[in-house]
Amino acid sequence: MINDNSKTNFQWVGKRTRRPDGVDKVTGRARYGDDMSMPGMLHCKVLRSPHAHARIISIDTSKATALKGVKGVLTSAEIPDHPLSKPPYAPIINDMHDISRNVMARDKVFYDGHAVAAVAATSERIAKAALKLIDVKYEILPHVLDPIEAVHPDAPILHEDQFTYLGGKTSEKPSNLFRSSVGERGDLEKGFSEADIIVERDFSSAPVHQGYIEPLACVATTSEDGCVELWTTTQGHFVIRALCAGLLNIELAKVRVTASEIGGGFGGKNTIYGEPIAIRLSQMTGRPVRMVMSRTEVFRASGPTVGSRTHVKMGVKTDGTITAAEAETWYQAGAFKGAPTGRAVETYFSAYTIANAKATVHDVCVNRPKVAAYRAPGAPMAAFAAEAVINELAGRIGMDPVDFRLKNAVTEGDQSLGGSVYGSIGLIEVLNQTKNHPHYSAPLGPNQGRGLALGYWMHGGGLSSVSSHLLDDGTVTVATGNPDIGGSRSSMRVMAAEELGIDIELIKPIVADTGSMGYSHLTAGSRTTFATGWAVVNSIREIIGKLCALAAKKWEIDVADVSWEAGQAVSTKSGDSIKPLTLKELAGMATKMGGAIAGHSEINAGGAGAAFCLQLVDVEVDPETGFVIAKRHTVIQDVGRAISPDYVEGQMQGGAVQGIGWALNEEYVYDDQGRLQNTGFLDYRMPVASDVPMIDTVLVEVPNPNHPYGVRGVGEPTLVSAPAAVANAVENAIGQQMSSLPLSPPTVLKACGQVQNAAE
Amino acid sequence: MARHFVSTTINGDEVEFACQPGQTLLEVLRTELGMTGTKNGCGSGDCGACTVIVNDRPVNACLVLGVELEGADIETNEGMAKGNQLHPLQQKFLDHAALQCGICTPGILNMAKALLAKNPDPTESEVRYGLAGNLCRCTGYDKIVRAVLDAAKEMRVNN
Repeated sequence: MINDNSKTNFQWVGKRTRRPDGVDKVTGRARYGDDMSMPGMLHCKVLRSPHAHARIISIDTSKATALKGVKGVLTSAEIPDHPLSKPPYAPIINDMHDISRNVMARDKVFYDGHAVAAVAATSERIAKAALKLIDVKYEILPHVLDPIEAVHPDAPILHEDQFTYLGGKTSEKPSNLFRSSVGERGDLEKGFSEADIIVERDFSSAPVHQGYIEPLACVATTSEDGCVELWTTTQGHFVIRALCAGLLNIELAKVRVTASEIGGGFGGKNTIYGEPIAIRLSQMTGRPVRMVMSRTEVFRASGPTVGSRTHVKMGVKTDGTITAAEAETWYQAGAFKGAPTGRAVETYFSAYTIANAKATVHDVCVNRPKVAAYRAPGAPMAAFAAEAVINELAGRIGMDPVDFRLKNAVTEGDQSLGGSVYGSIGLIEVLNQTKNHPHYSAPLGPNQGRGLALGYWMHGGGLSSVSSHLLDDGTVTVATGNPDIGGSRSSMRVMAAEELGIDIELIKPIVADTGSMGYSHLTAGSRTTFATGWAVVNSIREIIGKLCALAAKKWEIDVADVSWEAGQAVSTKSGDSIKPLTLKELAGMATKMGGAIAGHSEINAGGAGAAFCLQLVDVEVDPETGFVIAKRHTVIQDVGRAISPDYVEGQMQGGAVQGIGWALNEEYVYDDQGRLQNTGFLDYRMPVASDVPMIDTVLVEVPNPNHPYGVRGVGEPTLVSAPAAVANAVENAIGQQMSSLPLSPPTVLKACGQVQNAAE
Repeated sequence: MARHFVSTTINGDEVEFACQPGQTLLEVLRTELGMTGTKNGCGSGDCGACTVIVNDRPVNACLVLGVELEGADIETNEGMAKGNQLHPLQQKFLDHAALQCGICTPGILNMAKALLAKNPDPTESEVRYGLAGNLCRCTGYDKIVRAVLDAAKEMRVNN
């Protein structure tokens, strides 16, 4: 245990402080991926496949190369190939063989939008004109999008060299099914035999995109001595360095990556798309190369989350005990393996103590872009299916849905199907707060319904590095290797100020480049405030130790007799009347009495917390159009301890609204040729301000004992339960089961019609 | 390709630029004038990230051609603060934590400024519909709406 969390009286933690990056963002100064330009820079555009599945017969780039202003043309021949990974496979797979082919198609294209060639030219207009001069001959192949159809023996096979790996064995024939993740306990047959009521349902959900507003963008520059500098919008520039260096066979130290300000990521900026293309074109031309995706390219060629098909079966006794639960889910991995199947297993039935349970989740390749992470990858679709059945079971036995959850709720020491053993968790507190919330018992109007669902996410820890420096005037820089996507600089600053006992305005948090810091993993899975924040605390404690030693030297006393209190070094020798030395005074002495003072921390943080989130949603359905609008929305979540409550609320509100979009409107729409039909924000309909109500938040604080300030992580749990809660509200409003997301107007209208027909 | 000279006023300064017939105001601002405070989210008028104010009307800079702007008065996010004094909307966005990644913020600030110029005392619903052309993926709009309502209140008191 790092912290007994008995301290609750803080100077900065939990206070509403101004974010350090705020002024630059309201004045247009903040520089994002597309805001960088360099002298002599070339502009890169990418030619993309118009087919969902085809063999590349030939690519003739000669006419494009000859166009005036074109400086370089690239195909997969310019991207190094890598061998396919071999079993046994890591839980999360990063296969260079696949990444190489996703960045630039080699012998086949696997989805509409798959890159086949790229041009660098003196202007974007010339680059676009050159793309039209590239002649690609394709042999069009049959395609498949549905993950259950894709595992049928007669389905078109994407990869002739991919075999199913199950139970340590490899299949004899190639298959679109890569592997399946399984979690189980108890005896399902026995469990179902004990049940008084059994419910079985099928579910599906469409693939959805992260929908960050800033398109993917980067600028690469290379030099004759083999060094690479890359500016890119990313959630993890150290990961981008590793992927680019690995793919292009460049030594790590020669690749320096600077993360731009990031205009939204939500998991979608965890990997590489244009970066290696820009680097290779820069190497080929000797000029800086900028690559910016259009919005259409972002939709067609960057990874959305998985679409899903699911079957759930659960059994319950009339006293409310859940006796058995089983789920089987097929996830669309897209063109290459790597669907978040393990996270889905971890999600299934995670809030409930069920003696007999099993979840099986399949990783299936289909002809759409390779899956990327999206805020709680793999979890919202699983929660949507499981929570719908939980609500149905509660209804069938006539039990209040919160009481039903309380009866079966997990507590400390229980285990998820994915194997996580829960530490100190706040599920019971969240459920009790729900019952006491006025929203829970508020009356509903005509055509309105109320939905409720629970979400769970096990947050991340891992590798983080921090370098903090005390400057001569008593100010402090805190450099981390994590891009700030949700206000992490604010939280880093708060924790540093709390440790030092000084004004937060004296601390400047910085996102440093890969040349300045030790390795830091992605800003993802809500690991940053937990893991990087912990490293910040370590680095500041190192500084405080050095300051105490400096004071001891100055006072000529033993360092054991010096402590750090409220921003100053204090002698603790009894009867001593030495005047304390402030941080500023000590900072001024440091360079004259030994040297500059800095603190560093490079950690692999374990002990991240799990969090549960309950959402209450009221919707109103227009029975004439099928249009659904959320009228009231409350998020009740265990946040550990909120370092910066404004940004914790912001995470919960943002996640809730992404969930409303997922539930009601967002989906990838394909034609019968497998071509994406809605490649812009007009047709890919994300929620706008007039679609949603205020999002009320209840911050339940059950601190994580494994973090110096009790941080748990807050970004994911809200999105896990939001689509389920909204769908449940629609069911409640129209009295009809809604099992297929999104619940767009035509779907809801059809369901309303069924209700009317049944009444007539 | 032939370039056209266009004389405008941008954030109170006389600015003359040369642009190709097909270049949008967004391209002119970002690439010809280096004013990257106006953001590009979609290039098709669907996200509102590039919202600027032209002759007192909010427009998507990606849907206006540079050559259309002879004599126009253009306001961008860079001109919102007066010297070191933030505009009340900018201040309230900071006070209410009404931004996360910040890519939509310049466009939303301009749209809100244009909205309050027409309607100094909007309801929550009027703010929501007024901002319905500006996508934000991070905040869920809650704190943005509160910030705009609070700024409106302060601007009414001070006017």
